[in-house]
Amino acid sequence: MMLAKYRERKTFSAGMKIADLIDFNYNLLTVLSRLGIGLGFGEDRIGEICSRNGINVDSFLLICYIYSYDDYIPSSEMISRADPADIVKYLHNSHLKYMKDDMESLEKNLNEMVEPCSWKHKSLISGFFAGYKQEVLKHFAYEEDTVFPYVTGLVSGNIEGEISYSIEKFEENHSNIDEKLNDLKNIVMKYLPETCDNVLRNEVLYHLYSLEKDLDRHTVLENSVLIPLVNRLEHDERK
Amino acid sequence: MMKENRKVLLISPSKILAAGFEGIFKDHGGFALEGVLTDLSRSSEVRLKNMNADVILVDPVLFDYSSRISGPAYLSEISDASIVVIQTSYLEEEVLKQYGAAVGLYEDPAMILNKLKTLAGTGKRTELADRNGLSVREKEILVCVAKGMINKEIADKYCISVHTVMTHRKNITKKTGIKTVAGLTLYALLNNLIDYRIDEP
Repeated sequence: MMLAKYRERKTFSAGMKIADLIDFNYNLLTVLSRLGIGLGFGEDRIGEICSRNGINVDSFLLICYIYSYDDYIPSSEMISRADPADIVKYLHNSHLKYMKDDMESLEKNLNEMVEPCSWKHKSLISGFFAGYKQEVLKHFAYEEDTVFPYVTGLVSGNIEGEISYSIEKFEENHSNIDEKLNDLKNIVMKYLPETCDNVLRNEVLYHLYSLEKDLDRHTVLENSVLIPLVNRLEHDERK
Repeated sequence: MMKENRKVLLISPSKILAAGFEGIFKDHGGFALEGVLTDLSRSSEVRLKNMNADVILVDPVLFDYSSRISGPAYLSEISDASIVVIQTSYLEEEVLKQYGAAVGLYEDPAMILNKLKTLAGTGKRTELADRNGLSVREKEILVCVAKGMINKEIADKYCISVHTVMTHRKNITKKTGIKTVAGLTLYALLNNLIDYRIDEP
């Protein structure tokens, strides 16, 4: 109980040791690696590490808050201090990690899990997963090919050929990719035949839960930080 | 710009509470105080039903000692909103359990909003889902969905309204936790509700 209360109140700051931050929430290890910050930082503080890696410290703190508290609502002041370039860099690196590491190892685990099943079940499960993967690829591709270049252009001040685009379009079309993942979770947990090994099944479930959580935070970062930030940039542009 | 504000209904005779919540919501956004009821009379009830609020904040001073437990249960019967109690006085554990959440008068506004936000995200009714398997009619409808039929076609097939089809579909999703058509199809196939037509290579 004490721990939960403590977690609710903790404030991160530039003067905090990065080792203490990770000790507080080890899930932030992924955040570090996606921002290109390696381990072995000794007693260095957040501010020093950020400036060494060319990351705005407010962007860093904002991302850490989002990945530490499910119900975190960033204040507009907090958002305005963040750097859109950092946010895009982080989101882009997350996409790479999802597609390269997470999807591949999840697929490998799934295949291992359904190995003892009938041919029919095997092809059903892998077919469903392939459909999900395709959907995620398409979702990311749109952001990579359209949204991120637009934001980068806006930040650097040269928007060629993208003038007709606006972040509002992204806001409207930002689809959910969590539903199929949720379905797969329920199916693996509740409806697979008993021939599937329990340990492997658990492994797949842990994987699905952590991916679901990570993608959820990813979406929050896009919707509650990137979109308002770009809205502001567009507003300044029009002045 | 951002998502629409969630509607909050306050039930309390206190003008100070109303002004306080209104101020917090205005400053922070995400929620808006849509209405205030000062009592639970018949006409208040009608307004409550019509408002379609997402969250109802209740001042327990409205309930007398004998209705302190049945009161909130009654509110959740007539509204789909999440019911949140404001701790204007000491409340027993037994009473607190009747509410989706409790907020204190001395709590930080951000804490209050976070509580409301968490609650609004989960939806109150999900936990009430039936733990039994699908009914015969639900299975029939699931098979239609898996075969790619749209709601209108399913309604015509079984001579029921589209609304009823939608209710069945909602219940199927509640019971299985599966939302997408692809997921439901997989469920139907795994449970042998439909045949798998492709031949083994």
